[in-house]
Amino acid sequence: MSRLQAKFAVVLLPLALLLAFPSRPQAQENYFVTYTHNMEEPGTLEVSNKSVSGFPRDGNSFLGSAVEFEYGVKTWWTSEVYLDGQTTANESTVFTGWRFENRFRPLMREHWINPVLYFEFEDINSADKALLEVVGHDGVGDFLERNDRSEREREAELKLILSSNVKGWNIAENIIAEKNLAAEPWEFGYAIAASRPLALLAGPNPCTFCRENFSLGAEMYGGLGDRYSFGLKDTSHYLAQIIAFRMPQGPSFQISPAMGLNNNSHGFLLRFGVSYEFNQFASLWRK
Amino acid sequence: MKRAHILIAIIFLLLSTLLLAAAGDGLWRTKVPDKDRARQNPFAGNASAQAAGARLFKQNCASCHGDDANGKDRHPSLLSDRVRSSTPGELQWLLTNGSMRNGMPSWSRLPEQQRWQIISYLKSLKENENAAASASK
Repeated sequence: MSRLQAKFAVVLLPLALLLAFPSRPQAQENYFVTYTHNMEEPGTLEVSNKSVSGFPRDGNSFLGSAVEFEYGVKTWWTSEVYLDGQTTANESTVFTGWRFENRFRPLMREHWINPVLYFEFEDINSADKALLEVVGHDGVGDFLERNDRSEREREAELKLILSSNVKGWNIAENIIAEKNLAAEPWEFGYAIAASRPLALLAGPNPCTFCRENFSLGAEMYGGLGDRYSFGLKDTSHYLAQIIAFRMPQGPSFQISPAMGLNNNSHGFLLRFGVSYEFNQFASLWRK
Repeated sequence: MKRAHILIAIIFLLLSTLLLAAAGDGLWRTKVPDKDRARQNPFAGNASAQAAGARLFKQNCASCHGDDANGKDRHPSLLSDRVRSSTPGELQWLLTNGSMRNGMPSWSRLPEQQRWQIISYLKSLKENENAAASASK
């Protein structure tokens, strides 16, 4: 088997497995960076892959990737583990670390604006290119560092997630604070997003490519400096379109072309993701 | 003094257990505001909405409540008297808000129209069962 065939096998095998498993998936995440108040259903495991490819002007193109295992512990508590890796052209492919996060929904009913509290610990290295959030003075320059010169970073991250479901629209805002635990200042960032299904009514007949299975949206995210230099100076910002497709008896797919909004940003990023839910995963082990 | 504390703790535990049992037995209905309770399903009796609701039920609800809505594992049956006697407005309120302390998530991520379609389907289950019962008499 050639190296190219092996790479294809690595990509296609998990996809074939997902398609072969009978389930009733309804993955809920439309966005790549912005979180909503939609929690994972209790007992359900969602496995997803979020990738981003970038083409820095003064560096090598890259593909950053995060594999996510999201589990609904309670209706108001969702827990996730991420495994990050990246491959950079003319350099290498490396595992860059892991993240563990928990989201808590303090209000037990639906409100006009629904807050969710987010706590994350991450142990990744500076070669990480998954770009799951943009904070502080993150910019294109961070992506020019060679993989073999990366250093370990242990960080804590807090987010205040505010989100609303109104007339078929989801509107979400995230306020992000991140701290490198090695005596670096708090860094801040934001993410805002909105999306809507193409049709609010479901059709009576089974169909795969019905309009209600597609969502369109947009998200904007960027850094807000740090504790000592709060603001937009030397920060990067992105505006992205999002197209999501939920296959009724299969996985969900998302694609998101993003434009950098200033010189400190990547000119263009292409994100793509696939996710699949194993409903009532916990009950499989009880049987 | 110590005995009094123990007595208070036992009473508190008993009350909590009773409250939890009540919460799991339809207490949510008492929390529905009158305005919501009185809401009417815009798709009531619409066969197309019932068919769409059946599809949505299969995609979103059946993994917990069973393909036939008759309950599964620890998840309740939706053919129960409590659900049957609930008004469409009460069911819409439950789908929107969930009953999070009892494990029922909010389904506000589904557009309101789709939640009404699911309610149309749930109500049609009751009508079908009534029709089957009358036919067998």
